[in-house]
Amino acid sequence: MQALPSGAAHTVWTEKTSWIDSVPRAVSMTLLFVAFILFWTALTWSSVVSPIILPSPAEPLKQIIYVGHNLLIGDYMLTALYITLQEVFYSFLLALFLGFSLGILVGETIFGERAVMPYLVALDTMPKVAFAPIFIAWLGFGIESKVALATFIAAFPIIVGTAAGLHSADENSRMLFKTMGASRFQTLLKMKLPMGMPQFFTGLKIGTVGVMAGAITGEFLGGGKGFGELIRVASTNLNTARVFALIIFLSLIGLSLYLLVGWIQRKLIFWQKSGLLGDGF
Amino acid sequence: MSLQSSNQENSGAEGRPVFVLEQVSKHFPRRNVHALDRVDLTMREGRFYSVIGSSGCGKSTLLKIMAGLQPPSSGSVMLEGKPVLGPRPDIGMMFQQATLLPWRTTLENVVLPIEIRDGKSAALAAHDKAQKLLKLVGLNGFESVYPSELSGGMAQRAAICRMLISEPSVLLLDEPFSALDELTREFMNMELQRICMERNATAFLVTHSIPEAVILSDNVFVMSSRPGRFVEEIVVNLPRPRTLSMLTSPEFGELVDRIRKNLDAQSFL
Repeated sequence: MQALPSGAAHTVWTEKTSWIDSVPRAVSMTLLFVAFILFWTALTWSSVVSPIILPSPAEPLKQIIYVGHNLLIGDYMLTALYITLQEVFYSFLLALFLGFSLGILVGETIFGERAVMPYLVALDTMPKVAFAPIFIAWLGFGIESKVALATFIAAFPIIVGTAAGLHSADENSRMLFKTMGASRFQTLLKMKLPMGMPQFFTGLKIGTVGVMAGAITGEFLGGGKGFGELIRVASTNLNTARVFALIIFLSLIGLSLYLLVGWIQRKLIFWQKSGLLGDGF
Repeated sequence: MSLQSSNQENSGAEGRPVFVLEQVSKHFPRRNVHALDRVDLTMREGRFYSVIGSSGCGKSTLLKIMAGLQPPSSGSVMLEGKPVLGPRPDIGMMFQQATLLPWRTTLENVVLPIEIRDGKSAALAAHDKAQKLLKLVGLNGFESVYPSELSGGMAQRAAICRMLISEPSVLLLDEPFSALDELTREFMNMELQRICMERNATAFLVTHSIPEAVILSDNVFVMSSRPGRFVEEIVVNLPRPRTLSMLTSPEFGELVDRIRKNLDAQSFL
């Protein structure tokens, strides 16, 4: 047998981590973005696709500046943005109210669970966009029909989130409140609702995305004067670069709303450790 | 099967009866299970009772009936001379989990029963009392800490305070320390004894640890399963306050042996 090597050379070891896991978030995000733009540029330079279908990255950039300028000087695009913002704002509040109250009805009462929930599930499985003509027939071409469609799309995840949250209370907590002689309302207010907040916010975040989708779809299908209409006009004119620029601005609205909800969630549910996307956004 | 009550003469006939169960049975018709069969129990003031039995022998059902969480199929349950017809504020209960609400500080968790019963202002007025209780269990300084920062043992101490704040006349303990590690558990048992002695509490413990039942109790009931009934009552006459060193004394060993034999005899039937 050979003698052991002197010193502690082989007693200390380090756990191996892939180099890609140690790259900071900002760097990896930038790298991915640059790679994407390069790929895009290569695709347009090589003339594989026509510029009408996919413009070179420089075109949307020009259009972003154009749209941004138009918004800043308060031209017609700002008016359109204001209309879409109104739609988003109203449908968000409506979906929040409807989703929360129906969620409590379904999650808290046996009647709601037995009688109402099956209808909600049936409605949820339908392609909701197909209801747009009905909303237009009922409410006209104004923002009301867009608000209705967006609310209709966004309410379901909020209902499900609220109901699932109410069901998340564990057996011990229920028993504790029973032994303390708590009324049903007290149990709901002081235990079930706070305990269900994480699920509620998950539903609300999905609903937030739905509000944006609903408002724009409503404008596509029902005319109006919002940002969705600008996109429709730009695409009819084969101005694909403009479409991209408008989408970027729309996504900024969606992202800010999402971040706002996430911020409120973190302030409200301070006891919950942040999970996926919790610290990133 | 008849109840073999040993040492009848000093089984604690002194003391005012607080909790009296007579011929309490529980039958679940859907599963055709006789969870409890004519259980009689008289709990006297200041004494500590335990029921021990294998899982599923009906001891949790018994506790739920005592707490007013479930109605018995037949028989009577009387606390302080009044029948138990639902949860009552004079019953204090503790579970395996501390079940503290994570969005409330320790102090706010302790006054929760007062807030539920008498409202926010009464809860605020009870802060002083809660503070004293937290001191009693050694949690002073942790009043404004959230439960996520408490250890398992500390959380159960807070749960003890929450149980005591409404000054219940009887404490129902459902395996309160079984989620804790062995060392913490022994220590918490001694703490529980100290608190019970200090307040002359009447307590009923459900457990499946024989040493825990013996070290804490004045009377230990051995329960059989299906149908669930008390098959033996063992009176523990070890002096109080009990200490952890008693765990190795011969008297203690004899009592543990006797209970184990009873459990073995009926669990293999």
